[in-house]
Amino acid sequence: MPTSLSQMLTLAAAAPEGAATTWMPEQASTAAERTDTLFYFLLYLSIFFFVLVIGATILFAVKYRRRHARQRTSPIEGNRKLEVAWAVIPALLLVVIFAWGFRDFIHLSVPPGDALDIRVTGQKWFWSFDYPKEGISANELAVPVGRPVKLTMSSTDVIHSFFVPAFRIKRDVVPNRYTVVWFEATETGTYDVLCAEYCGTSHSRMLAKVKVLSENDYQAWVDSGGGLSGKGMSSVEFGKLLFQSKGCATCHSVDGSARTGPTLKGKYGALEALVGGQSAKVDDNYLRESIVDPAAKVVQGFEPVMPTYAGKLKDKQLNALIDYIKSLGTSK
Amino acid sequence: MSASDNGAAPRGAGEGAPRGGRDQEPDPVAGADAPGATEGSYLSHRGVLSWIFTKDHKRIGLMYLVAVLGFFFVGGVLALAVLLELLSSAGRFFSSDTYNKLFTLHGAVMIFLFIIPLVPATLGNFFLPLMIGAKDVAFPKMNLASFHIYVVGAAILLYSIIASAMDTGWTFYTPYSTQTSTAVISATFGVFILGFSSVFTGLNFIVTVHKMRAPGMTWNRMPLFVWAIYATAVIQVLATPILAITLLLLIFERLFEVGIFNPAMGGDPVLYQHFFWFYSHPAVYIMILPGFGIISELITTHSRKRIFGYGAIALSSVAIAVISFLVWGHHMFVSGQSELAAMVFSFLTFAVAVPTAIKVFSWVATLYRGSIAFTTPMLYALAFLFLFTIGGLTGLFLGTLSVDVHLTDTYFVVAHFHYVMMGGTFIAFLGGLHHWWPKMTGKSYSEKWGKIACALVFIGFNVTFFSQFLLGTHGMPRRYHHYLPRFQTLHVLSTVGSQILALGLVIILVYLLHSLFRGARAGVNPWGGKSLEWATATPPGTHNFASQPTVSAGPYEFEEIDEREGEEKDEEKDEAEKGGER
Ligand code: HEM
Ligand SMILES: [Cu+2]
Ligand SMILES: [Cu+2]
Repeated sequence: MPTSLSQMLTLAAAAPEGAATTWMPEQASTAAERTDTLFYFLLYLSIFFFVLVIGATILFAVKYRRRHARQRTSPIEGNRKLEVAWAVIPALLLVVIFAWGFRDFIHLSVPPGDALDIRVTGQKWFWSFDYPKEGISANELAVPVGRPVKLTMSSTDVIHSFFVPAFRIKRDVVPNRYTVVWFEATETGTYDVLCAEYCGTSHSRMLAKVKVLSENDYQAWVDSGGGLSGKGMSSVEFGKLLFQSKGCATCHSVDGSARTGPTLKGKYGALEALVGGQSAKVDDNYLRESIVDPAAKVVQGFEPVMPTYAGKLKDKQLNALIDYIKSLGTSK
Repeated sequence: MSASDNGAAPRGAGEGAPRGGRDQEPDPVAGADAPGATEGSYLSHRGVLSWIFTKDHKRIGLMYLVAVLGFFFVGGVLALAVLLELLSSAGRFFSSDTYNKLFTLHGAVMIFLFIIPLVPATLGNFFLPLMIGAKDVAFPKMNLASFHIYVVGAAILLYSIIASAMDTGWTFYTPYSTQTSTAVISATFGVFILGFSSVFTGLNFIVTVHKMRAPGMTWNRMPLFVWAIYATAVIQVLATPILAITLLLLIFERLFEVGIFNPAMGGDPVLYQHFFWFYSHPAVYIMILPGFGIISELITTHSRKRIFGYGAIALSSVAIAVISFLVWGHHMFVSGQSELAAMVFSFLTFAVAVPTAIKVFSWVATLYRGSIAFTTPMLYALAFLFLFTIGGLTGLFLGTLSVDVHLTDTYFVVAHFHYVMMGGTFIAFLGGLHHWWPKMTGKSYSEKWGKIACALVFIGFNVTFFSQFLLGTHGMPRRYHHYLPRFQTLHVLSTVGSQILALGLVIILVYLLHSLFRGARAGVNPWGGKSLEWATATPPGTHNFASQPTVSAGPYEFEEIDEREGEEKDEEKDEAEKGGER
């Protein structure tokens, strides 16, 4: 963390290639390097002007401090040459910065033709990633290193924003409209995806991971159905994985505390009081319905905000989730 | 007070024409003393009603001051709560919903109820007529109405935010705001009412400046504070109607189910952002321009210098006012607007930077060969230069398209606008408040405590908000109740800073209140100022001036100015400045 003073003073990248610097997080995409070059240019330019302005202020304040009440002052009212200079020089610099920023922005905005296509859906409050060619649907983004990836994004509810600090990319994800962002990862590893447009209660929990894999690992990931095939796992283990990766855990705790949704600890077999005064017994059918058609029965004390998972989960996955919820304890 | 009290009155003041000179309304103050009687101070009438229904611009200014600072207190407590919560990465005291409501209310109160009216409605109201030698503003009743409307608008806005438990952030973005149960229409209505109050103030100032200047007060002799308030008034009048249109569209959508903003009805959710920022960006300049005006007054008076580049400073305010209407899209670079639009908005944004830079350079040059007194107001002016320069320079990062992609919607933005709004406008306001406090109240405050508090505010502010720049560049999004553990150190630092800042502000409150009751009587002109407000009694009489002042020189013609100083000195200065410039 860039908190120590000595680190603050070094300011720039004295660290190994791609590592985090005082001002910027690690670089893991081609765009990161471009953006950072311009960022540091701006930073040094700003420091220069800051020192100039504040240096002159301090200098004058000390040198011309009032020593006696009648101290004479200069009658200067202006200086044409100087005023032109300090309008024109910054203006020229600003044109350079503008053009440089625009050039890089175009680079960020126009994906190369051969990019890998992935669809991104933002939804309160989780991300899902669909690989149309590979037929995979996942809740983490796995991509091969060194290959351009194009994300076509939309939202099912409100505006979200897809932000990967390590890649220096961000794009709003809007309902009824597609937005596009692309990147080419340069380092294998796992990076944070954050939602950067305020979207309500669990906005700050709307996180995901990008896994940048070597070409081989990526192929293996694709072959395994995106890590969510459940191969080699017990149904409960698989359900637990899905519970985390499908976004259930953003709203439902497994420790008894209520969040946006009711806790699922010890829920199986319980009698649930519903909005409208009825109640229902929590059995396999109730659980299944709550997942694919959450608005059908809303638990008392909660808002009907849960999104539907109809069409997003295969039967095997649904069963695994139900098994996992059972494993969280039953009420007699 | 440490400043010398030379009691000098501006040239030409207090002589000549009888009271009530040029085209003014009959008698702006109800129940005023009989003509010809010696006027009492404007504070001499007692009783609540004499305040609530006063048409005296000075009293209206003071009422605004109390209201606005009251809202600052509310907004400040909310900010402290937000920062306390951020000590821990997983939240400790509040639920996420509560946290979201806290920052929404903080933002809305600070923007709509505090910083927009902060300078024009308080110091502007009080001093604009005094500085141009007028008895009052052009339409005193409208001025009073502005205050009453402000109170109503504030009540509507606060009620709709609190009653509907609004958690949308102060920007009320659709579709989030229209899909949830929040009262976006009535909140926008509240903002619109508030906008009306600022239209009333703005119209009043425009007419006052055009029609009521004292004889001899040409445009070129107007104090720069008046120029700044004038430019602000123009924006206030032009920008507010946009809010009305937004409001109408929101109501249309609700009532007639035509999809305008709501995607569920086939509307365009991004359209709302265009409307919002088309008003709110110019509003940003409503917030900052008056601060610029104050700084020009502080720097000249406390260094006994003519302003460097009067024309450039006055005109750059106007230039900023005009361009400010054309840059709203810089808030939306990642929202999916076309690359062409992004390019144009980025370019125009940089165009605003030039007049702003000119102002800063001119203020610094004004200090050159001055007689600089380290009074409390001057310390605030110097603090302003420091903080606003950081705020302005970091604005360049956000105007630069590719860099903005990384930084937008992170704490970098939060830090940037606090440096501009709080470090700029609010610090300038504090400087102005200390500068004019003796004139407004007739009392002096403790210079010693003034300086101590100024230092605490300065340090606290930087600790609080500089750390947020680093949070932002490292990718910490704004409006986050929970955050990744690696951000914790900087968040803790920021919270600690906010406590120092709060301490400084509390000290200011204490010694200013103390001065009201126990302070020594202030002189007529404690700083040796040359603009007209220093020529009248302290505190001013109900009708401002005992007789119509006339003006024969600019506002910064201090006695200390050494007229004999020749051309060679100019040259020398040229060198010195150029040396620094390159
Ligand atoms: C001139 C005074 C101020 C103005 C105009 C102002 C304005 C704002 C605005 C508009 C926001 C954004 C709210 C949102 O995102 O909906 C905000 C956020 C914030 N403000 Fe202030 N503020 C002021 C003073 C302060 C002070 C004194 C503090 C702390 C000491 C503070 C701390 C914060 C924090 C921590 C946030 C971030 C909350 C978040 O977005 O997650 N502000 N402020
Ligand atoms: Cu979000
Ligand atoms: Cu703006």
